Amino acid sequence: MAGLKGSPAAAAAPQTGSTVMTNVEAVRATLHDALARDERVLIMGEDVGARGNVFLITKGFLEEFGPERIVDTPLAEASIVGVAIGMAMEGLRPIAEIQFADFIYPAFNQIVGEAAKTRYRSNGDYTCPLVIRTPYGGGVRGALSHSVSIEALFYHVPGLTILAPSTPADIKGLLNAAIECPDPVLFLEHKKTYRSVKGEVPNGYYTIPIGKADVKKSGSQATVVSYGYNLHQALDAAGRLEGEGISIEVIDLRSIRPMDKTTILDSVRKTRKLLIIHEDNKFGGIGAEISAMVAEEAFFELDAPIHRLCGPDVPAMGYALPLEEEFMISTEEMLTAMRDLAAF
Amino acid sequence: MTTITMPQLGETVTEGTVAQWLKNVGDSVEKYEAFVEVSTDKVNAEVPAPVTGVIRELIVKEGETVPTGTPIAIIDEVGAESIPAPHGSASPSEVVAGAPHPSHAEANRQASNDPVPGGNLGVSGVTFTAPSTPAGTNGSSAPAPAGARVSPAVRRLAREHRVDIGAVRGTGDHGRVTANDILAAAKAGPSASVAATISADNAEYAAPKGGAAAVRPSPYEQAKPGSLIPLTQARKIIAQRMVESKRTAPHAWTMVEVDVTNVWRWRVREKDAFEKAHGTKLTLLPFFIRAVVESLAVFPLMNSSFTDEGIRVHRDVNIGLAIAAGGNLIVPVIRNAERLSVRGLALAAGALIEKARSGKLGADDLAGGTFTVNNTGANGSILSAPILVPGQTGIVTTEAVVKRPVVVGDDAIAIRSMMNVCLSLDHRVVDGAVASGFLSDLRKRLEAMGPSGTL
Repeated sequence: MAGLKGSPAAAAAPQTGSTVMTNVEAVRATLHDALARDERVLIMGEDVGARGNVFLITKGFLEEFGPERIVDTPLAEASIVGVAIGMAMEGLRPIAEIQFADFIYPAFNQIVGEAAKTRYRSNGDYTCPLVIRTPYGGGVRGALSHSVSIEALFYHVPGLTILAPSTPADIKGLLNAAIECPDPVLFLEHKKTYRSVKGEVPNGYYTIPIGKADVKKSGSQATVVSYGYNLHQALDAAGRLEGEGISIEVIDLRSIRPMDKTTILDSVRKTRKLLIIHEDNKFGGIGAEISAMVAEEAFFELDAPIHRLCGPDVPAMGYALPLEEEFMISTEEMLTAMRDLAAF
Repeated sequence: MTTITMPQLGETVTEGTVAQWLKNVGDSVEKYEAFVEVSTDKVNAEVPAPVTGVIRELIVKEGETVPTGTPIAIIDEVGAESIPAPHGSASPSEVVAGAPHPSHAEANRQASNDPVPGGNLGVSGVTFTAPSTPAGTNGSSAPAPAGARVSPAVRRLAREHRVDIGAVRGTGDHGRVTANDILAAAKAGPSASVAATISADNAEYAAPKGGAAAVRPSPYEQAKPGSLIPLTQARKIIAQRMVESKRTAPHAWTMVEVDVTNVWRWRVREKDAFEKAHGTKLTLLPFFIRAVVESLAVFPLMNSSFTDEGIRVHRDVNIGLAIAAGGNLIVPVIRNAERLSVRGLALAAGALIEKARSGKLGADDLAGGTFTVNNTGANGSILSAPILVPGQTGIVTTEAVVKRPVVVGDDAIAIRSMMNVCLSLDHRVVDGAVASGFLSDLRKRLEAMGPSGTL
């Protein structure tokens, strides 16, 4: 984060060209621009102020934007979200941070019972333009309370938008879209990609439409749908398979709900084979919904059973390295699954 | 020594007639070479030899009808004496019927590149006994084993492109036939040439382009005054079925006028792109069939059969197309037409018409029709009273499309493309109210098809 450290220089960033950033730098820069651009935007959460967030995402924000807009909260997730809902309903654009996704459960009632239903319950008189950001996912020796994937828990809830971009450029475009969105958005950031993923980010303000997946690599023999850290492994695996003459298309889901049916179906109609990869466990997961959707809408296009490569159905990711490795999907497993599917 | 039995040409067929022996005793025959022509109902099928060898015996005489499974000929394989037959050569008990046991098929498939008995001759259920070729015969990938699992995409593509899955060599895991294998076969094989010559202007059933070689001249086409033309098998069957239909089903008849101006414009807008994409002309027929299928969904009684037990309302919509080919009337069937788009119907109809022209229709192409469409307008007819296909409740015709002054809207006169649609119905099943409701619904659907639709 060297280029951005504690400096408001980002506000003066050029409006054309692009800048190379890591994922965490993209989050920081986008939040900073939003605070500078729109007075309604504020950030609240545990350690977001004086500490500058546990990943230093908001370092220096308190000094720059003041304690009314960078709010340190108690360790009370239900209150963080509950207060933010009220602010959102009354015209502010709060960005509530849940320090780790593992801590979101106390806020479940506020998110599911209140935020997601505000527009419906008020017959459209109120909306809830709230963004809840949270780092999720494992592979960083985070053990039980710092590794969980929560997307499937909220996936079932109409009224919620769930985004999980995986590249710095997508993070910027979708975080801006989330802040603009008049309804609540759960914005998931895979913490293993924070500093391990780096990429070009266009300068200046832009948004990426919510609900639009992205074909990150085109191919002809099988479609892989993924997101988060797994996406980067899948891209790596698909790239290596090119050398074996196997052509895999990789779709970055980006928007988990709403799901981009069109992009997925178009790809499956082309390749006729589908592999879904996600770190969250398999049972009742995102892959289940994608599988069902494809089976319903493109059954007669399928030339192979739909395959899912997912985390195991165990209560949590262990701290011990062998346990963590067992939980995380390896690139080798992806290579094998892709080869098998292409050969089927 | 291989014993050839009468194949079962179609699901409900129980017997077949040796129409013509294409080989005599002592003739040599190549594997896959046609050596006998068998006829059932309205199908004439050439049966390929399962092995390379010499005809030892023709057991059944030409014109003789025998039950399926009856031995009809014996072929001595070339070099047969040098091959040790594992279970004693071709005892009658080895005459297999239907697909072999899976494990047997598996062993065969892996051991040799011979086709699995009973599975891959292009004619369903041709059964014979062949001593197993010795294990270790080197071979490339074999045709898919009979009863192999077929993916939804493969089944759909095979149907759309009229490819016999059993005849395709699989390149997938364990020799599975993949969707790409079907597409490759469709591109290569003659059966796939969906370049059916449906000419644009109501002449769907006119003579094929470029003169398909396999079309047989019909005796009726060169009828000489004063001559007596012997009845062919096909003519006999046509006669018998027409009489049966007229005798059992009290035909009633009705007609509507349809304004096809808009759907015609739609066709005109799409036809060049369609022909470029598929190599086949886009006629009005698939649009019409699509409308028929939709109306049948609203009036399922029209898609039924009168039986002694009751009126059987069919689940599937299998549309027969009345086609004149080789002097005969044949009615190949688009199966599950309800699942096909206009584009799918165009390709399916094109493929059937092409097959009919070239005499390549199989029993499966002709079986199972539940409703029939007859394009009588191809020859300029504006009215006809078609005879029902026995067992069906309705048959509709598309008459010639003619431009006529028509009163439209608020008493204005416009020049519109008009087409008569005639319906014959089985009055045992439905009465005039249902029939006219069906026709009226069909008319509305056709008139609602506008130039902005998607195929």
